[in-house]
Amino acid sequence: MPSVCFYFQVHQPLRLRHYTVFDEHEHYFDDHKNGSICRKVANKCYLPANRLILDLIRRFDGRFKVAYSITGTLLEQLQHYSPEVMSTFDALAETGCVEFLAETYYHSLSFLYSRNEFVEQVHKHTEAIKYFFGQTPRVFRNTELIYNNELAALIESMGCFDAIITEGADHILGYRSPNFVYQPKGCDRLKLLLKNYALSDDIAFRFSNRDWPQWPLTADKFAHWVGNVNGCGNVVNLFMDYETFGEHQWEDTGIFDFVRHLPEAILRHPDNNFKTPSEVVECYGSADSVDVPHIISWADTERDLSAWLGNAMQSNAIHELYRIEKQVKKTNDEKVISDWRKLQASDHFYYMCTKYFADGDVHKYFNPYDSPYDSYINFMNVLGNLHGRCSEQAIGGALCSAP
Amino acid sequence: MLGWEFPPFISGGLGTACYGLTRAMDQLGMEVTFVLPKMVEQTYATHVKLLSPDSRTSAASFKIDDLKNVKFCTIGSALQPYSTPETYHQRIEGTLRQKHLIGGGNVRSASQLMDSKDYSTDMYAEVHRYAAMAAELAQDRQFEVVHAHDWMTYPAGIAVAAMSGRPLIVHVHSTEFDRSGEHVNQMIYDIEREGMERADKVITVSHFTRNIVISRYGISGDKVEVVYNGVERNGSWPLDETGITTDEKIVLFLGRITMQKGPEYFLQAAKKVLGVMDNVKFVMAGSGDLMHRSIEMAAELGIGHKVLFTGFLRGEDVRKIYRMADLYVMPSVSEPFGIAPLEALDNDVPVIISKQSGVAEVLTHALKVDFWDVNEIANKIIAVLKFPPLQMTLRSHGNFEVRRLRWKDAAAKCAKIYGETLVSV
Repeated sequence: MPSVCFYFQVHQPLRLRHYTVFDEHEHYFDDHKNGSICRKVANKCYLPANRLILDLIRRFDGRFKVAYSITGTLLEQLQHYSPEVMSTFDALAETGCVEFLAETYYHSLSFLYSRNEFVEQVHKHTEAIKYFFGQTPRVFRNTELIYNNELAALIESMGCFDAIITEGADHILGYRSPNFVYQPKGCDRLKLLLKNYALSDDIAFRFSNRDWPQWPLTADKFAHWVGNVNGCGNVVNLFMDYETFGEHQWEDTGIFDFVRHLPEAILRHPDNNFKTPSEVVECYGSADSVDVPHIISWADTERDLSAWLGNAMQSNAIHELYRIEKQVKKTNDEKVISDWRKLQASDHFYYMCTKYFADGDVHKYFNPYDSPYDSYINFMNVLGNLHGRCSEQAIGGALCSAP
Repeated sequence: MLGWEFPPFISGGLGTACYGLTRAMDQLGMEVTFVLPKMVEQTYATHVKLLSPDSRTSAASFKIDDLKNVKFCTIGSALQPYSTPETYHQRIEGTLRQKHLIGGGNVRSASQLMDSKDYSTDMYAEVHRYAAMAAELAQDRQFEVVHAHDWMTYPAGIAVAAMSGRPLIVHVHSTEFDRSGEHVNQMIYDIEREGMERADKVITVSHFTRNIVISRYGISGDKVEVVYNGVERNGSWPLDETGITTDEKIVLFLGRITMQKGPEYFLQAAKKVLGVMDNVKFVMAGSGDLMHRSIEMAAELGIGHKVLFTGFLRGEDVRKIYRMADLYVMPSVSEPFGIAPLEALDNDVPVIISKQSGVAEVLTHALKVDFWDVNEIANKIIAVLKFPPLQMTLRSHGNFEVRRLRWKDAAAKCAKIYGETLVSV
């Protein structure tokens, strides 16, 4: 009787333009690059994938369901560069079979550095989802599935969420299976959904890998694996980047055909069904409480923060960024505050990662910079300029209030 | 093995490369006879131990204790690397004058000296004379392959290979295009080209140079192999205080001050950096034909007081300057490899290197720039000086990375290439 719970992360960063210490312009983002990447990904992934999901929902008459978490950063870009994607998401929202999750608007690591800023961003994101899709999110996922007991406590105290989503990391589960609903340690009401990383990664990472003994992965084979959970779990949480479909796994790998046949293969077994995260939470009780004193994430094999905060440059950059929070907010200048928030996207710190850099792997593929060093220099130059704008504002403000 | 220079007789990276390679071959148990031209009258810094061959005989041999399987033969010759025919001529005149003084009353004219066939005033003739002597020298020696380093030894390599019937390997550490840009000296180009054409295998120090060899010299790609240089790890020596207490940052240029090394880009970037921050000094360590021009240029840019010229440095002085430096910049216009950045990293100094260099192919933990992009060079210099975490990360990762570049691997790769030529013969 396992339920299959799909949640797709949908995000594109706002890449910075080349910005030297000599630049003084207050425009930090590479509009051309961001626009062309947004349109490219829309054509390769968002549009075809949304159409396919919509088809499947209609074909299975509401028995196929999915959830999305779309960052505010991407929503803004889509409105600008690919409004047609927005309308397909809207169509998905109207089917009633699609749930939208909450997260930080700017895909930020703010939970780690500023609780106030974190709460503000979560609210801002919830407002955006309400505005665009007419839904109030009930399930929260943090950027990069970063999680610990404290986050759960904070989310519960906010009072607007029923559950939180994170990685089903081995070291927090021990002998337990990710295929149950859990409760965060110290929480009364909030539930915890854990990613089944083995089955999720079979689709997200291994699907087109010809060295993988299970290649090629068919819908029937995958449905069989899901069926194996029967008797030892309630739900299979398949969480992955939406860009898996058409962007990470190109169309010619057969990824869309796989998805097209998957609902049929899963639903062939009468005990199986699809559920959205909220339905899962409603349907299944908590099996146990899970204690996560240390921070986890869904990145790399370490499942920790080292991809964003692993070296001195990364921690320096993010520390400097949050250090000016008060000054930024004091300006009351919307443009300054929004620029500061856009700089919080975890992507900027990911680009500075030196882990595996020499080996040229996935970190490199998504990196618009030649090296982590270039990205740090660029970021720090931008931050320097932004900081300058704060003090200008302060001076300007002082002058205005003087008379 | 035919070379131009060997420590302590060095003026650039070639000697360092020959030393590193030969030493590694020695450790791998390969027997090497290293032939090098040496001008007898040369003064060296006193801290360098001079291994003086017998100047009576034109071909002298000696061994260095450290290297068990390497025999050295020097041929009395005024050949020096990085020479142009003009500087060669000047040097010859100087040497003769000196010899004349030392010789006391025994007055002989320059032309008389020439007759003694010790030297030739014409560099090309000298290159060929070196070839003839090398061939003569090779007659009573056993060897399996001939390995010639850079153009001055190519004719010698060709001669020895032809005479012995052994395969010839030419090792391209730099080409005329690197040294002279588009104003190539036709004669040198011809010698280089002939060497590469006659060689059974051409070894280049980078893909950057391999491309030049293929596109500019018309050499077939299947006989051109890349063997990256290594770096001789000096290990950690005690960091004795240099007595610098100033909080001024030091940005270092270390290399020959010639067109190839891009000194003017260094100075222009310095000017831009000084427009933003003041507590920086720029040190240009090295000598070369653009030294005076560079001093003038620094003055013209109004940054003369911020740029120090040290002249050519060797041994302990090089270490000292590295120890003082916060950053090393190599803005080379065309750099086949570039060992100095590796040495800088080995000395815990982060580096900015030109993308037009071979070393950019092997280093990932370095900042890379286009040599002409003065703005970007300045931007990166400022970043390194301003942000300690950047300097720290570059330093620790770079130092780690350099450890993987070993001469032993270069020597092993050469040995493999030797093997291929021996099989195909």
